[in-house]
Amino acid sequence: MEENKKAINETEAVAMLHQFNEDLLPKKFGKIGKAWVALLCAVFLLGVYCYIIQLRRGLVITGMRDFVFWGIYISNFVFFVAISLVGSLVTAILYLLKVSWRAPLTRLSEIIAVAAIIFAGLIIIVDMGRPDRVVNMVLHGRIQSPIIWDVMVVSTYMVLSILLLYFPLLPGISFCRDHLKGIPKWQKRMYTILSLGWKNKPEQYKLVKKAITILSVMIIPVALCIHTVTSWLFASTYRPGWDSTNFGAYFVSGAFLVGSGGVVAGMYLLRRFNPSYEKYLTNTHFDRMGKLLVLLAVVYAYFSINEYLIPAYKMKGEEAHHLHELFTGYYAPMFWSVQFFGMILPIIVLLFKRGRRPFPMFIMAVLVIVCAWFKRYLIVIPSMSFLPVQEIPEAWKHYSPTLMEWAITGGSLAGALLVITFFIRYFPIISVWEVAEEKGVSTDIIYKHLHEGNEK
Amino acid sequence: MKQEEINDKGRRDFLKTAAIATIATTACGSLACSCSSKKAAVAEKVRLLSPDGEIVEIDSVYLNHHENMAVLSKHEQRMGIPGKKFVMVVDLARCKNARKCVTACQKWHYRPEETEWLTVKLMKDSDKAAPYWFPKQCFHCDNPPCVKVCPVNATFKRQDGLVLIDNERCIGCKFCMAACPYSTRVFNWSDPEIPFDIKDLPYSAETGVPARVGTVEKCDFCPDRAREGLLPPCVEACPNGVFYFGDENEDTVSNGDETLSFSQLIKDRSAYRFQEELGTKPRVYYLPPKDRQFPVERGYENLPDKLKARFKDVMEESHLLEKK
Ligand code: SF4
Ligand code: SF4
Ligand code: SF4
Repeated sequence: MEENKKAINETEAVAMLHQFNEDLLPKKFGKIGKAWVALLCAVFLLGVYCYIIQLRRGLVITGMRDFVFWGIYISNFVFFVAISLVGSLVTAILYLLKVSWRAPLTRLSEIIAVAAIIFAGLIIIVDMGRPDRVVNMVLHGRIQSPIIWDVMVVSTYMVLSILLLYFPLLPGISFCRDHLKGIPKWQKRMYTILSLGWKNKPEQYKLVKKAITILSVMIIPVALCIHTVTSWLFASTYRPGWDSTNFGAYFVSGAFLVGSGGVVAGMYLLRRFNPSYEKYLTNTHFDRMGKLLVLLAVVYAYFSINEYLIPAYKMKGEEAHHLHELFTGYYAPMFWSVQFFGMILPIIVLLFKRGRRPFPMFIMAVLVIVCAWFKRYLIVIPSMSFLPVQEIPEAWKHYSPTLMEWAITGGSLAGALLVITFFIRYFPIISVWEVAEEKGVSTDIIYKHLHEGNEK
Repeated sequence: MKQEEINDKGRRDFLKTAAIATIATTACGSLACSCSSKKAAVAEKVRLLSPDGEIVEIDSVYLNHHENMAVLSKHEQRMGIPGKKFVMVVDLARCKNARKCVTACQKWHYRPEETEWLTVKLMKDSDKAAPYWFPKQCFHCDNPPCVKVCPVNATFKRQDGLVLIDNERCIGCKFCMAACPYSTRVFNWSDPEIPFDIKDLPYSAETGVPARVGTVEKCDFCPDRAREGLLPPCVEACPNGVFYFGDENEDTVSNGDETLSFSQLIKDRSAYRFQEELGTKPRVYYLPPKDRQFPVERGYENLPDKLKARFKDVMEESHLLEKK
């Protein structure tokens, strides 16, 4: 790929561009796609319906009580924040490091980030007892509170992520505006409005590139902040398992891992349902992402060891109680499964070249994601369940989420997937001009010819 | 007879100090305080500002404390009673889990039976040590973690030492519940049932009534009572004089029967604060359960089954109960 960078002449390059445009235009969904959308919509609406019930009856419909007062809403929030970190990893960190193979992955990771962070914001409101008073955070906000820090960094991250998704998308939107045939009027209007009068001029490209660089630099500290501050929501308390100085790094490393897992799963599914993407999301991409995953999992393992082994060495008071429950007690099956399937097994499998082919990669990525969700559950819930308290009704000691709670949580996950799905349906999920640049087409040719349709 | 005399004296002393306090409050111009100070002293006619802006004279017997409090402005609710520094001392040697404090508190705040701002735990400090009864309410910490984390300043620390909650501002994030290391806070998971007579009362952070769905609440040290020169209901209700309540500035605490010097009491009896190592600086002091007046079983025998279930494990562990 890289060796023929210089060797592309103009006619070849133009033909290549046309081919890219042809391949990467958003396409109408087939049967499976439609069924998928219908399924997501159903789950999402069910969640909305249950939330309306919760609004009317209060949080009493959940399994939470005075003892375990944060449940899967909060662990799901942590999960969303975690997975959204991948946007900054692939688009910003790899971009600034000038990693060449990242181009076709940027938009996918950025839309995952945007969808996740939007639903992180929503699910935290779902957990609130008085969502009607959110505005109090502005009217009476106190800067001392980690929640206010979280609100600030999450909203900043959301804005930066949306911009980082949107700017590189402008050429794509305008191409859709001009060349997509047989689309309904509203879709055309949407493209017209969103393309902001993009004319494919070199100056415009230069501006966009500059904006990407600035945003990439800005988003990295914010990304580290969102997850560090989220970890502080727990670490700033006295509870066993949360009261840890390692929490920021532990959360961030876990977040990069699950986010990359999300991208790999997305890559695989894109290829699976649209074979024309295979030319762009190649086996080499899987191979590289596989290596990255191993690296991230090893870093995560390092912080996990810090998190569990050192307290386990001391076995201090309530901490010991908590660790016993995780290692050998009530939560042990879940704890060891997520450690093994979500961290150790992926490291082993992906160390081998054969393990880094698309299908095994996909399986590992799904394992990483599912285990990451349950890992967040294990971080949030047990810390509240095992204080040495005797006067609590038995039923409150073991929290189990109610069906409604599951429905609302499931609805939020479906909602995030819907955002990603609709994006893939209406926008080019692989950035043509960035891929062209990566393949060595000179920028002049891109500016001149990218926008030509294939219709001549 | 003699006992009663002492009783009376203790109460009078406390009332006197409280009356001074309330007069001090009057100085800051609150009409509500001025009438409560009168009530504390003579309990006759009081003059009140009616909602229509007229001054009316009412027999103080008809006054409900909640109506009194409603006149306090939000600012006054947040500042606290000037010159005061409330403390509580709990004598663990005297507690036998009579649970009168719990019910009195629930009744005073119109809370259902399940909601316990004050709970009595069965504590056991180490494996072989004998358990003892341990009443626990909010400690009104001087370095309160719950206040630090509140994003909207709905939980606040007052200059009289109290940590209160404004449930008209609370957004129900439950972060304060996570931050409080003592699990003293409770949440209104559903719409609370509110008795008819207090339904329309304006809310005050000092009384905590009426309760609101989706907000947090906890023991408030009953400043509404203090403003009237009365002890908190839990203190008054305890048949064994376990709780002493008072003012650190004046160095007096009273359990209704006797009024003692606060500093002397905690010095003589080697008082401690629960989990001092956390650095939260509680305003509740415990007198160690030394020379206990009642065997632990006395607090267990006559409990309804539902309550027995809570303590069963500890009782069995301590061989005070046959394992089944
Ligand atoms: S005991 Fe808990 S709720 Fe009360 S002031 Fe201390 S930290 Fe806050
Ligand atoms: S639940 Fe209410 S009082 Fe507690 S921290 Fe949140 S807003 Fe403050
Ligand atoms: S001081 Fe008041 S609120 Fe606190 S436990 Fe006693 S009666 Fe209840």
